[in-house]
Amino acid sequence: MTKPPFVEIRHAQKSYGSLEVLKDISLTVERGQIVAIIGPSGSGKSTLLRAINDLDPLSSGEVWLDGVQVNEALPHRQYEKHINDMRQQVGMVFQHFNLFPHLTVRQNVTMAPKLLKKISDKEADALAEEQLDHVGMLERIDYYPSQLSGGQKQRVAIARALAMKPKLMLFDEATSALDPELVEEVNQVMKKLAEEHMTMIIVTHEMDFAASVCDRVIFMDKGVVVEEGPPDLVFRNPTQERTRNFLRKHLEGAK
Amino acid sequence: MGLDFSAIPPFYGTLAIGVLWTIAITVVAALLSFFGGILLAMIALHGPQLVKQPFRFVSWLFMGTPLLLQLFLIYFGLVQIGIDLPAFVAGVIGLGLHYAVYNSELIQTAIVAVDRGQMEAARTLGLSRGQALVRVVVPQAVRDVIPPIGNNMIALLKDSALVSAIGVTELTLSAQLAIGRTYRAFEFYAVAALLYYIINLGMEAVLRRIERRARLSR
Ligand SMILES: Nc1ncnc2c1ncn2[C@@H]1O[C@H](COP(=O)(O)OP(=O)(O)O)[C@@H](O)[C@H]1O
Ligand SMILES: [Mg+2]
Repeated sequence: MTKPPFVEIRHAQKSYGSLEVLKDISLTVERGQIVAIIGPSGSGKSTLLRAINDLDPLSSGEVWLDGVQVNEALPHRQYEKHINDMRQQVGMVFQHFNLFPHLTVRQNVTMAPKLLKKISDKEADALAEEQLDHVGMLERIDYYPSQLSGGQKQRVAIARALAMKPKLMLFDEATSALDPELVEEVNQVMKKLAEEHMTMIIVTHEMDFAASVCDRVIFMDKGVVVEEGPPDLVFRNPTQERTRNFLRKHLEGAK
Repeated sequence: MGLDFSAIPPFYGTLAIGVLWTIAITVVAALLSFFGGILLAMIALHGPQLVKQPFRFVSWLFMGTPLLLQLFLIYFGLVQIGIDLPAFVAGVIGLGLHYAVYNSELIQTAIVAVDRGQMEAARTLGLSRGQALVRVVVPQAVRDVIPPIGNNMIALLKDSALVSAIGVTELTLSAQLAIGRTYRAFEFYAVAALLYYIINLGMEAVLRRIERRARLSR
């Protein structure tokens, strides 16, 4: 038997009422791979990403991570324990940061590890310093989120996710809410993670970033994967008409 | 007979004890109403169905009937079923629960208004629903309603005078005792009012400090 893929989505289908948002999507991601998901707004990118840690449960289909089914059908109590374990292994970064405003930067980073991994205060402080140093935010360790710029907030959010030592990182338009001059500092952090071979699935509107960082690009439209492949192919030589249209419109929009 | 404030100094001790009891009742009842309010809000929103309905009924009872009646019921009424509470305890429970229900209404609204991205971020890190509520959602909800909760606490201070009716010698009853001996109603009620006002100022100062701290963490 061959080794199963690191991340595998099998026949993912999701409907909101009569609206079918994901239509039988299957894909795999290998360990250490960096995959970009692009596509027009409303095409189901966030829904797919959020299905991976069961934040938006699928209507049908399976999600597997490292040989374990994330969305396994279990009795309620067992499922809660199972999904909390799985989520500890998957970091997620949101468009609007979702930092905890009532906690300092340090507390944002250490809350989950302290609570879930029962580490000591001293270990937690060391962890916060290490992770914040990694994203260049050590100097602001005792600030509150409200005292930070958007780019700084997002870097702290990345440190918060990394503090749980996840196997997989999910990014949902991590730079879309940022002023243009703040995008680069967040991209730099993501590039650094890529160099460290973190497995990442990145929903993004930034084609240049996707082209320079990702191993593979997935183009989604209306709930289906229209095209996927290495960035060179998808960006320079798309085989599908819909991909070409999207890229052309996007280029015009960016000008 | 004109006003004669010289009747007051002999009763400084009585009034001081009254002030202390008023502060004690207010502080303990305020703490009960604060933490009780949080607990009631969490039960009302996320508790098991089985307890939600009885809780709603009790809340309605506390909001829909006079506080004075509730104090009588707790102090004089419960004795009949074998629960004999000291007046201070009965007063604190009555005042505390009464305002816990009001605080709970405020906190419930605020919990619902916390951005759902907060719950999502916490769940994504692996926190259970309960952990996310306690660590992330409720603290923010409480922070958002500190000013109106503060107003409730000021109202609680004023309503603590009702506890005189079940025999706790707090400030109002102390003044009444002094009046019973001197017949100087105006003088003692005026002094009591002044003392309430001073306690009120102290409380507002504390509340302002709490609000300032809360504003930083927005
Ligand atoms: N909670 C929801 N209820 C109803 N419809 C939703 C919900 N979340 C997303 N949708 C719909 O699902 C579709 C895909 O949304 P989404 O995954 O956010 O797209 P994208 O991230 O690609 O912009 C959209 O049409 C959106 O309106
Ligand atoms: Mg989206």
